[in-house]
Amino acid sequence: MQKPLAAAAAAALALGIVLPAHGADEQPQIERQQWSFYGVFGAFDRAAEQRGFEVYKDVCANCHSLNLLAYRDLAEIGLTAAEVNAVAASVQVEDGPNDQGQMFERPGKPSDRFKAPFANDEAARVANNGALPPDLSLIVKAREGGPDYVYSILAGFKEPPAGFKMTEGMSYNTAFPGHQIAMPPPLSEGVVSYTDGTKATVPQMAHDVVTFLAWAANPELETRHRVGVKTIIFLVILTGLLYAVKRKVWADVH
Amino acid sequence: MSQPAWNSPVVKWIDERLPIFTLLHHSTSGYPTPKNLNYWWNFGSLAGVMLIVMIVTGIVLAMQYQPNAALAFDSVERIMRDVNYGWLLRYLHGNGGSMFFLVVYIHIFRGLYYGSYKRPRELLWWLGVVILLLMMATAFMGYVLPWGQMSFWAATVITNLFSAFPVVGSYIVHWLWGGFAVDNATLNRFYALHYLLPFVILGVVVLHLWALHTTKSNNPLGIDAKGPQDTIPFHPYYTVKDNFGIGVLLIVYLAFVFFAPNFFGEPDNYIPANPLQTPPHIVPEWYFLPYYAILRSIPDKLLGVLATFLSLLVLFVLPWLDFSRVRSATFRPLYKKVFWLLVLDVGVLGYVGANPPEGSFLVMGRIATAYYFLHWFVLVPLIALFERPRPLPVSISQPVLGGGLAAAAANPMEKA
Repeated sequence: MQKPLAAAAAAALALGIVLPAHGADEQPQIERQQWSFYGVFGAFDRAAEQRGFEVYKDVCANCHSLNLLAYRDLAEIGLTAAEVNAVAASVQVEDGPNDQGQMFERPGKPSDRFKAPFANDEAARVANNGALPPDLSLIVKAREGGPDYVYSILAGFKEPPAGFKMTEGMSYNTAFPGHQIAMPPPLSEGVVSYTDGTKATVPQMAHDVVTFLAWAANPELETRHRVGVKTIIFLVILTGLLYAVKRKVWADVH
Repeated sequence: MSQPAWNSPVVKWIDERLPIFTLLHHSTSGYPTPKNLNYWWNFGSLAGVMLIVMIVTGIVLAMQYQPNAALAFDSVERIMRDVNYGWLLRYLHGNGGSMFFLVVYIHIFRGLYYGSYKRPRELLWWLGVVILLLMMATAFMGYVLPWGQMSFWAATVITNLFSAFPVVGSYIVHWLWGGFAVDNATLNRFYALHYLLPFVILGVVVLHLWALHTTKSNNPLGIDAKGPQDTIPFHPYYTVKDNFGIGVLLIVYLAFVFFAPNFFGEPDNYIPANPLQTPPHIVPEWYFLPYYAILRSIPDKLLGVLATFLSLLVLFVLPWLDFSRVRSATFRPLYKKVFWLLVLDVGVLGYVGANPPEGSFLVMGRIATAYYFLHWFVLVPLIALFERPRPLPVSISQPVLGGGLAAAAANPMEKA
């Protein structure tokens, strides 16, 4: 047990993985938010999802992949077939080999997975000061605190407090464990110009992109809630009837 | 329990050649069951329901899952996203494991409270403990299959427990891994065993039921049925009661599946396995937390592993540690108290197991571990020796009328 752990720790340090440092002067601050998809009847706010996709496309996608999603999935957040085609066709993907044995580039199709910004993890690291930008497909499910955590990271960039020692190339973040994050502040007011005219403030963009990413991590959520409500109502009635039958059958024993 | 007369000539023809209808009759409408079973007796059949749910959902998931270290994580996500109702199957299976353990733990504590492990049900109890051990092995290997961070590191931590054994330890670990680290070979064999073991459990469940139908059910009074006036046929009385129980279980179970499907899960398991990065806290599933707390409470690794095994194996000798002839805690004032203290102690162990082993958690864990073993090896035998049980009722039908001191004097050794 000791050896693999030590080896893993050494490897993690060598590869520049940022492990949460203990002894930071304050706890990570997670801001609780109101989410449209919370609760038994929760569903994604379509407009927020679509704005969130714009934020992802214009900002996050420069470094973060979304490997588990295909362009066709965007139909679920309300993009028309033409819009999905246009989004897919805006990237060039490698295909092949063709009948000449050559790989070739072609415009993306709705059936293609989202094109990753880097060819591989090593390329991603070398372009990002040694840190690996995580894939965002499951980020909302893969972090303690879920959407609140991701929101708090995006809205949590501040100037470090006086006396806080920052490592070269890191940014101060109130929500990140240890408060030093390798990601530079991605959002600033107006960095995205929303097609629906919403004012692109940092909290607005963070909220929108987290809604989009929550959908990316839980594309089944709306179906799940819908089927769930019906199922539970059915079961409550059925169980009530079963209890009545039980009472009737047992009447002569009691 | 006479031979039923079959009306249908077809049924009669078959039954004379293969007495399958007689078997069914003896297990249902011909099976006498104490009339006073309370709702705690529902949990055995609920465990059976969960086993079937797990096997059915598991087989369908296996049709889509890829047990390969390079593909496993993505194949699970493919089930979640691209397989029709794949998310439902996976969430049913994942939460089903938790429900199965919840139901089985209640079933075990019911047995502990009402003395269901005592003569003549020792083998019935043993088979139950074997089922628990098989369930733990199956659940552990199933948890590895999604090949997320927690899968990988749980596999690393748990298999490494065997390295504590002197001389042979590292050989055992390499043999379990099928290599020199948790890797593809480990995943392959865990998958094969995770598919196999549920059917072994099913076999032991059949033996468990066979033993049950031989000794018949215990009951809340812990006294034997004296005759037909104390029993009712299993069908329709307990089939209909069990069906109501299944309805309640499904409401709880499916509420988690549909509205909080990741409640029992760890967020880290949605990060693909990475042998180069250890998660800050490696935590097992909730149903392993008490054992995990015992493991970490003992400073010596080998002793910790042995204590963890002992914490379960003690259940095998329980019928002889508790040699009191009175089964039900209803009539055992002292045993009833330590029973609830044990429930509390296991709860504390679970709470400690979920937290890092430092500071007050470490102290709490050590006290709770010490108390856990004190319960089995000291309190239970001492109480059996010195406790003065309350008088037992004459029979199930006359728990009040025939009770009291006079009845107790008339039946000083109500037993077995």
